[in-house]
Amino acid sequence: MKLQEVAERLKLEFLVAAAPEVDVKGGYVSDLLSDVLAHAEPGELWLTHQRHLNIVAVAKLRELSGIVCVRGIRPGPEVIQKAKEEQVNLLVSQDNAFQTAGRLHRLLFP
Amino acid sequence: MSTTTPIPPRHREIFSVVGLDLEHAGTVSTEVQRILRRMGVEPEVVRRAGIVCFEGEMNIVLYTPGGRIILLVYDDRLELIFSDQGPGIPDVELAKQPGYSTAPDWARELGFGSGMGLPNMEANSDKLEIRSRPGEGTVIRAVIRRGKDETAGGSGATKA
Repeated sequence: MKLQEVAERLKLEFLVAAAPEVDVKGGYVSDLLSDVLAHAEPGELWLTHQRHLNIVAVAKLRELSGIVCVRGIRPGPEVIQKAKEEQVNLLVSQDNAFQTAGRLHRLLFP
Repeated sequence: MSTTTPIPPRHREIFSVVGLDLEHAGTVSTEVQRILRRMGVEPEVVRRAGIVCFEGEMNIVLYTPGGRIILLVYDDRLELIFSDQGPGIPDVELAKQPGYSTAPDWARELGFGSGMGLPNMEANSDKLEIRSRPGEGTVIRAVIRRGKDETAGGSGATKA
């Protein structure tokens, strides 16, 4: 399913819509960067509480379909700028990680 | 054993890494991926190199006053060499254990220091050599072989 549609269905807000047409292959929930690098699969949507600059590099390196900052935690302008530069989709969910992941899972794997 | 022929690298690049500069941490890794993609290196190899580079870069940033990363691109392999003037690793075997970490709390709160750095580097390299002397620094050499037919439509390069 395209990220654009996922965002609409889950009411995620785009902070950076670098490639909203990308296919979301699944999801991954983690706040440990090395864990994401080791175990997230390319194309997955990453749900995290982290909101510092390095999340952009991790998403880029792992070729994830985007980053979703959960529980309404918004990253600062420098992170948004970095995501734009690196062409990484960046979104915010008002729901917490459990709720967001649950809805995403139901949507992708009904 | 498997002595490599003394062919010069097709591409060589040196990056300096500033210690504790979290703002720029990760930039070398993304740049390395960019260079490799531009050179037409196999996607799976680019992916692995990005992970190895990020973990090595983060170790320099988090634990040392600074260091450098050298990228060497050969026809049959990539090499990433990380060197720093940090405190060194007293027990390399222990440091390689998954979950072992000496990261300070501030780094852990940012999602670093989960003790997966060196294991990730090992998992994504075909060869990983760590030389370290406490008080002097650390040199890590990662070799990633190219031409593996892991992705469909790979380069088809084969080893002799």
